Amino acid sequence: MKCTYYPGCSQHSTARGYEESIQTVAKPLDLELETLDDWNCCGATAYMSVNEVLSFCLTARNLSLAAKAGHPVVTPCNACFTNLRKTNAYMAEFPEVKAKVDEALGAGGMAYDGKTPTKHLLQVIVEDVGLEKIRGLVKRPLAGLRVAPYYGCQIVRPLGIEGGTDNPMMLDHLLEALGATPTHFPMKTTCCGGSLMGTQEDVALRLCRNLLLCAEQAKADCIAVTCSLCQMNLDAYQQRINSNYGTHFNFPIVYFTQLMGLALGFEERQLGLQRGVVPTSSLVRRGATAGAKEASS
Amino acid sequence: MKPDQTVLYEGAMDHDFLEEVYKTPGGGKIKHCIQCGTCSGSCPVSWAMEESPRQIFAFIRAGMRDRVLDSLTIWTCASCYQCAGRCPQKIKITDVMYALKRIAIRENRQRSKAAQVLSRKFVDVVNANGRNNETSLMTRYMMATNPFSAFKAAPIGMRLFSHGRLPLTGQKVKDIVNLRKIIAKAEELGGEAPRPEVK
Repeated sequence: MKCTYYPGCSQHSTARGYEESIQTVAKPLDLELETLDDWNCCGATAYMSVNEVLSFCLTARNLSLAAKAGHPVVTPCNACFTNLRKTNAYMAEFPEVKAKVDEALGAGGMAYDGKTPTKHLLQVIVEDVGLEKIRGLVKRPLAGLRVAPYYGCQIVRPLGIEGGTDNPMMLDHLLEALGATPTHFPMKTTCCGGSLMGTQEDVALRLCRNLLLCAEQAKADCIAVTCSLCQMNLDAYQQRINSNYGTHFNFPIVYFTQLMGLALGFEERQLGLQRGVVPTSSLVRRGATAGAKEASS
Repeated sequence: MKPDQTVLYEGAMDHDFLEEVYKTPGGGKIKHCIQCGTCSGSCPVSWAMEESPRQIFAFIRAGMRDRVLDSLTIWTCASCYQCAGRCPQKIKITDVMYALKRIAIRENRQRSKAAQVLSRKFVDVVNANGRNNETSLMTRYMMATNPFSAFKAAPIGMRLFSHGRLPLTGQKVKDIVNLRKIIAKAEELGGEAPRPEVK
C-alpha cells in the first residue's frame, strides 16, 4: 500500500522515537510511506487561535502538494490529523472558507480542490494493512503484557477514526493482534492537556496525573499512545508529576508502533525505545524473553 | 450577606456580540444552546476555568462582551473537542472558543495577554520557517513571559535533550518565498489578528 506520509514537526524532535519505529515497521507491513515533499507545519492548535484562514491555508498547502501523487495523506500525529480532516470538511461546508483559502493559495501560485483523502497512521495499519497480516508477522507475541490503550483526543474528535468519540477500539484490537492484553482504560480519549503544559502547567499536570492513575488502577505495565504530544506530556513530565503529587508512577509511555516493532522482532534501537525519558527497558527485556520462549517452544 | 450575582443593565449589553460570534464558521448553531451543561460536565479542564463553558455561552447570548473576552476560560480550553462531540445541539463549541480567542487577540485584550503569548510565538516561528521548532518556540515563549521560568523548564529540556529529542537547529520549508506570499494573503483575508513579526 502506498501513502503520502505527512510526518509533522514533532517527528524530528520530541517524537523521534515515533518516527524511527514507524520507518522500521513500515517495511515488513509493505507500507510505502512517501514523505510529502516540502511539507509545512499544520498550525497545531495555535494558528486557529490567531487566524483561522491562515490555519486552513497551511494545511491546504500540504494537501495540495499531496494531491499530485493521488495517494491518501497519512499522519502519525493526532493534531496534524485533526487539522487535515478539518480543512477538508470546512472547505466543503463553508463556501466563505473555501473562497478565502483559494485566494490565499493563489497568491503563492497554488490551488487545492479540498478532496485529498486523509488518514491517521493507526487507521492505515489496522484497516488497510489489516490485523490478519499483522498477526502473521508477529515473531515475539507480547504475551502477558498489559497495555493501557490511550488514543488521546484529536484522533477521535471532531472528525476522527471510526468508533465514536468515547470508546474507539482500533488500538485495542491492534494490541490484541500483537499478543498483548489491552486493559480496560476508561480515560482512553480524555485529553492530556496538550499545549496547556506550556501555558498552564499545573492544569496539564493534573490531567496527566489522572491518566497515569487510571493506568495504575487498570494494572497496566505501560501506556500505548498514538500522538507525539500525549507521549511527551506523559513521559517527560512524569517525574514532575511524581514530585508534585507524591506519586510513584513509573510507566513507560510508548508509541503504538514501538510495541508493534517489539512484537515483530525488532530491537530497541531500531524502534527508538531508548529515547523514552521513563526507561522502557522492562518492555524490551520482556520482548526478549517472549522471543526466547517462542524459539524454544 | 448579599447574594453573589452580576447585575447587568440593558444599556451595557452589546447586541452585536452574539451576531459576531454567530458569523464565524462553526459559530452558527450558538443560538440553539439550551444551557444543558453537557459541555461543562464533559470538559476535562472546567475545574480550572474561571467560568464554565456553559456560563460563557450564556454570557455571549446576553451580550456580555467584556466578561467573555476578558475571561481566562477561553484560554484554558485545550481544544480536545469533548464538548463539541457531546453537545446535543451540535454546536461546534471548540470552534466558538477559537473564535473568542481570535477576537480577544484582535481587540488586544490585556487581561489574557500572557495566555495569548504561546499562540502568537508559535505563529511567529512557523511563519518564519514554515515548520515548528520546539526549542526555539519554548525559548521565545519563556523570554516573552517569564525568563525565570527557564530554570523550571530546564530539567525537562535536559531530559529530552539527553535522549536526542530536542534538536538545536530547526527545519525550513524550501519554497519559503511562496509560502510567505500565501501567509501574507491569508493574514489580510483573515483580518483577525495583527500581523505577527517575521524574523
